[in-house]
Amino acid sequence: PPARDAHDPFFIKNPAETVSVPEEYYERVKSMHEVGGSGSIGYRYDFKREEAFKNLLRTHTTAVSSQMLYKLANQEGGFKPARYFSIDRVFRNETMDATHLCEFHQVEGLVADYNLNLGDLIGTIETFFKKIGITQLRFKPAFNPYTEPSMEIFGYHPDLKKWTEIGNSGMFRPEMLTPMGLPENVRVIAWGLSLERPTMIKYRINNIRDLFGHKVEMARTRTAPICRFDDATTA
Amino acid sequence: MPTVAVEKDALFTAVGHTYTDHEFDELCFEFGVELDDITSEREEAIKSSTSKLTKEQIESLSDVTIYKIDVPANRYDLLCIEGLSRALKIFLGDMDAPNYDIVAVEEDQMQVMNVQTKSTATVRPFVVCAILRDITFTPERYNSFIELQDQLHRNLCRQRTLVAIGTHDYDTVQGPFCYDARSPDRISFCPLTHSSSGEVFQNAKSLLEFYETDASCKHLKPYVPIIKDSPLYPVVLDANEVVMSLPPIINGSPSKITLNTTNVFIECTATDLTKANIVLDTVVSMFSEYCAKPFSVEPVKVNYLAEDGSGSILADKSYITPQMSTRSESASVEFINSLIGISATPQDMVQLCNKIQLGPASLKDNDTQLVVTVPPTRSDILHPVDIAEDVGIAYGYNNITRRVPQTSTVGGEQPLHTLGDLLREEIARAGYIEVLTHGLCSIHDNFTALRRKIDLDSAVELSNPANVEYQVVRTTLLQGLLKTLQHNKSASFTNGFKLFEISDVVKADYEHVVTETIVGARNVRNLCAVYSGPTSGFEIIHGLVDRIMTLTEVAPEEEYVKNSGKGAEEEYRVSRDGWFYTIRELKEGEGGHECAGSYFPGRAAEILLTKPGEDGFVRKSIGTFGILHPEVLGNFDILYPTSSLELELECLL
Repeated sequence: PPARDAHDPFFIKNPAETVSVPEEYYERVKSMHEVGGSGSIGYRYDFKREEAFKNLLRTHTTAVSSQMLYKLANQEGGFKPARYFSIDRVFRNETMDATHLCEFHQVEGLVADYNLNLGDLIGTIETFFKKIGITQLRFKPAFNPYTEPSMEIFGYHPDLKKWTEIGNSGMFRPEMLTPMGLPENVRVIAWGLSLERPTMIKYRINNIRDLFGHKVEMARTRTAPICRFDDATTA
Repeated sequence: MPTVAVEKDALFTAVGHTYTDHEFDELCFEFGVELDDITSEREEAIKSSTSKLTKEQIESLSDVTIYKIDVPANRYDLLCIEGLSRALKIFLGDMDAPNYDIVAVEEDQMQVMNVQTKSTATVRPFVVCAILRDITFTPERYNSFIELQDQLHRNLCRQRTLVAIGTHDYDTVQGPFCYDARSPDRISFCPLTHSSSGEVFQNAKSLLEFYETDASCKHLKPYVPIIKDSPLYPVVLDANEVVMSLPPIINGSPSKITLNTTNVFIECTATDLTKANIVLDTVVSMFSEYCAKPFSVEPVKVNYLAEDGSGSILADKSYITPQMSTRSESASVEFINSLIGISATPQDMVQLCNKIQLGPASLKDNDTQLVVTVPPTRSDILHPVDIAEDVGIAYGYNNITRRVPQTSTVGGEQPLHTLGDLLREEIARAGYIEVLTHGLCSIHDNFTALRRKIDLDSAVELSNPANVEYQVVRTTLLQGLLKTLQHNKSASFTNGFKLFEISDVVKADYEHVVTETIVGARNVRNLCAVYSGPTSGFEIIHGLVDRIMTLTEVAPEEEYVKNSGKGAEEEYRVSRDGWFYTIRELKEGEGGHECAGSYFPGRAAEILLTKPGEDGFVRKSIGTFGILHPEVLGNFDILYPTSSLELELECLL
């Protein structure tokens, strides 16, 4: 499936392979990929254990969110609705340029509850972005291997005075949620954005190396202002 | 995301409308593709840093406007102008999705591809085929045909490793065809790359060696390793043993397609049969548009021959292709409405399906179930959520009513993070500037430059770092802080330059469990600080250690208090029962602390912590601090005496 080709990962020489995973969960994931189930026709290929067990540096924090959802589904007392967020580092083996390094930070939020819909996702995203000063949003159909429907989030940036892509979002696919053991009408809505990009836009920083890493000028750190977002009365 | 480059005017002609760039951008937005760039051949050459053309040559390039459109990675039907324009026309309601027709041919009259199962199974087991009849190629269509194959090879075929496409002039070859795998010295042919010279390579291996080294064929070099060292190479031949292709490398010259070709034979060899069928269906559905009978294709029977050499056919393995799978899928009307958050009537949904290539759609079970037709161009439809998404797209995402989930939960941070955030504030208050450094670094920076023994068993090592700067994931924050000092030489050090970082390092660990999984490594949240100035600042860093312990409610051991001269403060100290710390001179040399080499001999200590209730957590070393060794400073080009501290934060939780 196109899932494996989406990001370029850093593979690991040592430790090269995962030591162990919960085997029953593994079997359910494998079966979903190979033959489908729960209404899905699956991906219909030979799932290879060696491939799945290859270690790599995570290319997105969704790798950890999915572990959290598995925990949520299997916790003492069973599933209860939850809202999670994460702000953490990811690694991609991509060509570097002024705005891209091999490591950066993702911001991710998700809500797991019964009968959520796309309108809930749009509403949540609007509430979120209003808090950081972006009030005009449009949503574009997109593709992520693990979400359906998926939407790219475009916002009118008040400083740049133009529309720009500000994030990605979607509802996790049943093929992902069912093997975890989440109840059938539990839906998980999620959205994410990079931390560096909005920061660079807000503070007019052109090179990511001026924001993150050992080459940051101390003078910039010393003169950095407190970070405020006026409520959108100026929109 | 794959990018498709199409000539703007050709695209508008195919779609049947013209647009301004802005209007087209809007259409793309609604549909779900992205107009990424507007350029031309000439402009690309001007912008390109690798172009070696002269000014005159650039001027002679075309300035016809090209749209570069990003399409979703799972939509193989949008990878060429034919598919893109067709999808847009359907979306606009200007045409219905075509019916792809497999021409009815009696099975015993079908063209045949025989597979030498035993040999192909060792290297590239599967093949699927199809015939396009009475097709008309123009230069544009021909280029698009080649370009589509390149796109598929890059994406779905995963650089030809999963599937490789071979296309041939059907009238230059004779069936029944044979798909075999033979030792390279038994394969001789004139490849497509040598059509003009007509040179025949007697041995396929020498051809591959040529592709590895020759500059004019460097685009084929990446695929050579797929079969080069295999004892048997896959090969497609006709009834007269004419080599048609050497998958996944190159087609043969005799069967090459020209503008005059009217009948096309397509073969896709593969290691993944599901994908092979998707690839074949895609090429066929895209280009059958140009057949005299549009959207029709002639089937081929693929016979897998018994491995005993008897020539008998393995009935359970043989099949007819292309599948051109059109299937019916259904989704409940209520499910679609509830997932998307709309209230479309069942009849609305039927209409909407036509816009997104899921028509013709119908209703059943008292209008509660929507039944759609999934054409071969929509292999991305796996589950009712895919149908729901498409209905949502046709409805328009921006028309959906927003609401906020009623989920009521109480928020909070992970305890380790709260601890770190609180300490950040306090340490900053003590005059330390916070930094955020990279997680990846060189083995030199992580070990050698710090005068520590290289211990790759303790670190996570990357397998193919493009750059020496990404050899390992850091096991210490110290090198990041020292590199920061190195890059800020122009800053003032006269009153001491103080930096700190609270962030993760990673250690190899074959026992650490997270969510029932053992990956082989664990993250460790470290706190690291440095002081660099006209004096070494040992007492300042030592002071920071004491401050951190006071803030985290850890009391000094009695002996330690006696020696500190700060006994007066003890009256007011708040600490947790059973939590104590002290410091001890760092042991160097054999059996000494792994960090000892970084410090000036005799000028470093370890921090020993005691916690209650935890088996054996008595005076465990949780970190070290001291004056850095001059060699370490030299390695980072630091001109001032420097002291540092690094400890494991989770121990203080």
